[in-house]
Amino acid sequence: MVATGSVVAPARKAASSSSHYRRSWAGWGFLAPFAVIFALVFLAPIAYSIYLSVYQDKLIGGNSFVGFDNYQQALTDPVFWDSVRRVGLFLVVQVPIMLFLALLAALAIDGGRLYGAALFRISIFLPYAVPAVVATLMWGFMYGNQFGLVGSINDTFGISLPDPLGPGLVLASIGNIVTWEFVGYNMLIFYAALRVIPVSLYEAAAIDGASEFRIIRAIKLPAIRGALVIATIFSIIGSFQLFNEPNILHYVAKNAINTQYTPNMYAYSLSFSGQQYNYSATIAIIMGLLTMVIAYTVQLRGMRKAL
Amino acid sequence: MITTPRRRLLRAAAVTAVAALALSACGGASDDGKSSNTGGAKDVAAALKKGGTITVWAWEPTLKAVAKDFEAEHPNVKVKLVNAGTGNDQYTALQNAVKAGKGVPDVAQIEYYALPQFSLAKSVADISSFGASGLDSTFTPGPWASVKQNNGIYGLPMDSGPMALFYNKEVFDKYKVAVPKTWDEYVTAAEKIHAANPKAYIANDIGDAGFTTSMIWQAGGQPFKVDGEKVSINLGDAGSKRFADTWQKLLDKKLLAPTASWSDGWYKGLGDGTIATLTLGAWMPANLESGVKAGAGKWRVAPMPQWEAGANATSENGGSSLAIPTASKNKALAYAFADYATAGKGAQTRVDAGAFPATTKQINSPEFVNKKSDYFGGQEINKVLAASAEDVVKGWSYLPFQVYANSIFNDTVGKAYVSKTTLADGLQDWQKKSVSYGDQQGFTVN
Repeated sequence: MVATGSVVAPARKAASSSSHYRRSWAGWGFLAPFAVIFALVFLAPIAYSIYLSVYQDKLIGGNSFVGFDNYQQALTDPVFWDSVRRVGLFLVVQVPIMLFLALLAALAIDGGRLYGAALFRISIFLPYAVPAVVATLMWGFMYGNQFGLVGSINDTFGISLPDPLGPGLVLASIGNIVTWEFVGYNMLIFYAALRVIPVSLYEAAAIDGASEFRIIRAIKLPAIRGALVIATIFSIIGSFQLFNEPNILHYVAKNAINTQYTPNMYAYSLSFSGQQYNYSATIAIIMGLLTMVIAYTVQLRGMRKAL
Repeated sequence: MITTPRRRLLRAAAVTAVAALALSACGGASDDGKSSNTGGAKDVAAALKKGGTITVWAWEPTLKAVAKDFEAEHPNVKVKLVNAGTGNDQYTALQNAVKAGKGVPDVAQIEYYALPQFSLAKSVADISSFGASGLDSTFTPGPWASVKQNNGIYGLPMDSGPMALFYNKEVFDKYKVAVPKTWDEYVTAAEKIHAANPKAYIANDIGDAGFTTSMIWQAGGQPFKVDGEKVSINLGDAGSKRFADTWQKLLDKKLLAPTASWSDGWYKGLGDGTIATLTLGAWMPANLESGVKAGAGKWRVAPMPQWEAGANATSENGGSSLAIPTASKNKALAYAFADYATAGKGAQTRVDAGAFPATTKQINSPEFVNKKSDYFGGQEINKVLAASAEDVVKGWSYLPFQVYANSIFNDTVGKAYVSKTTLADGLQDWQKKSVSYGDQQGFTVN
C-alpha cells in the first residue's frame, strides 16, 4: 500500500499541476474580453496620462522630458488650488443640504402617512432623468435677469433681485441646480435601504410604544448608515468632478464663471484652448488622487462608525 | 450615473485620459514642408493641369458655390469642402491633425487673429513663392497686412471686417439724439438714450476680446509686438488707456446692456430698440438681415466714432484668410484653389452671396459701392464700409498665441464688467496672464 501510494503520488502530482496549469489559462481566456477592454480604455489612457505628465510641449522649443516639473508647478499653482477650494466649499455646503433633503423625502415616503407617496417619489426623482445639460440651460434661463424668469419677476413687482449669475451668487446658483438634479437620486438610494428593514422591528417598536421619531432614530437611521456612506461618497466624487453645470453657465455668465472655475474646467481649458496637454494631464492625475484619498477616508470613517 | 463610486472614478480618469490621448494624438513631429511642390507659379499651373483632390476646411458658407465653380472649370480637380467646426473648434482640430501628421487639410480657413499662431509654429506654409507675392495691390491694406508676417505670406485674405457704427435710427430719432462722431459724443448719447428709456442702452457689452482689441487698434494702441520668438505685451500703452478710460465711463454709469452678443436676448434687443448701436465689422449687415427681421428699415450705418474729432481712423474686426498647412501634400493645387476663391472669380461669387470683400477690385466696383440696401432703408451702406477699409490704422499685430489669450479675456478683463475692478486693472491682469502663458510656451516675453 505504501509502495503503490508513493508511486501514484508523484504521478498524481504531475497530473494535477499540469491540469492546474491548463485551468489557469482557461481562466485567462474567460477574462480576456474584459481584460482587453479594461487595458484599452482604462489602463492605457492612465498610463498615457502619466507619460504625458512628465513631458512639456512648447510652441517654441518642442517636446522635452521634464520629470516632475509639471507636478511641482501644479502643487504651487494658485489658480489650481483656487478651483480646488471652490469645489471644496461647494462640497461642504451643498452635499449636506442635498443629502438632508433626500433623507427627509425618503423618510416621508417610507413613513406611510403620505397621501400619494408614489406620485411624490416619481416627481422628486424626475429631475434626475433630465440630462444635466438641459437642466442647466433651463435653470440658466430662469436665472436670467434680462430676459429670464428673474427679469420677469423684477419687472412685474418692480423690484431688483440680486443677480443669481453674478460673481457673488453664482456658486450658490450652481449648488441649487445640482441639488435639484440629485435629491431624487439620493432619495431613491435611501428609500431602497429603508424598504429592506424587517417589518418585525417596527412591530416590536410599536409594542414597546415607541414614537415615530424614536423609530427613525433607533431603527431607520442606523439601518441605512451604509446607504448614507455610499451616497456621501458619490456626492464627494460628483462635487470634485463638477463640470457640466458651470461650463454651460459659463456661456451666459462669462465674467462670473472663469475658465478655471473648477479643477475639471481648468484641465479642459488647459488642453482645449491652451494646448497644454501635459499640464492638463498632470492636473487630472492630481485631482484623481485627491478624490480617491478623500472618498476612501470617508468610506473608512463611515464603516468604522458602523461597527 | 448609477454606478459604484469606484467605477465613476475610473470612468472620470479614463475620460480625461482618453481626451488627452485623442488631443495629442501620437505626438509625431510634423514634417516641415518636405512635400514635392514647394513653389513657383509654374507648379501651380502644372498642378491644375494634372488635377487631383484637395480637402478644404472652412465654415464660410459662400465657399460652397466657389468650390463647385472651381470644379466645373477644372474637371480633373476635386474639392472636398469640410466643415470641421467654427473658429476655435476648427483650430483645435487643425492643431491636432498637424501634430498627428495625419488628416491635415490642404486648405484651411483661419481668422486673422489666429493666423500668427499657425504661421509661427510653421503649421501653415509661406505661400509667397506660389505667386502670392505678386498680389500686393489685389487686396485691401488691412487684411493684406494681417496675412504678412516675418517677411512671409501665410494666407490669402478671404473677407474683411473694417469697422463701422451700425445704429438704430428709430431710437436716435425718437429720443432726439445725434449720431455720435466721436467716442466722447458716444458716451453722451449713451447717457441720453438710457435716461430717456431706462430699458434702452446704446450698446451691449459683457466683455469681448475681439471688440476690445479692435477698439484699442483704432485708438492707435499697439499692445502686442512680435519679432519672431520675442513678444512684447503692453496693455497699458496710450491707445489701450484711451479705450479703457472712455469705456470705463460707460461701465461706471451702467450704460451698457449686460447681454451677450449672439444670444437670443441680443437679437431681441437689436430688433426692439433696447440695443441702439453696434460697433462691428462690415460683415454685420448680412447677419442683421437674417437674424433681426424686426429691425428692417430701422438700421443705418455711420463711420466709426473717432478718438479725435475730425479724424477718420478705423480698425478691423474679424475676417478670415485661406491658409495652406505645411503638411499638405498638394500645395500647388491648394494654392490654385485659394487664389481662385479669394483673388480670382470666386471673389465675385462670394460678394454676390453677401460676403464683404477683401479685394480692392470688388470693394471699388460701382456695382458694389452703389448697391442700395432695403434693410438699411435704401442706404448705400457699402460706401461707408468701403471707406472704412481704406482708413484702417496700420501697424497692428496680434499675439502668436492670441487664441489662448482671447480665451482668458473674460477671466481677467471680464471682472471689470461685474465687480469693482477697473478696465485698466483688468487689462493689466490680462497682460500678466498672457505673459506667463507666453513664457511657458517658450517665447521671450516683454
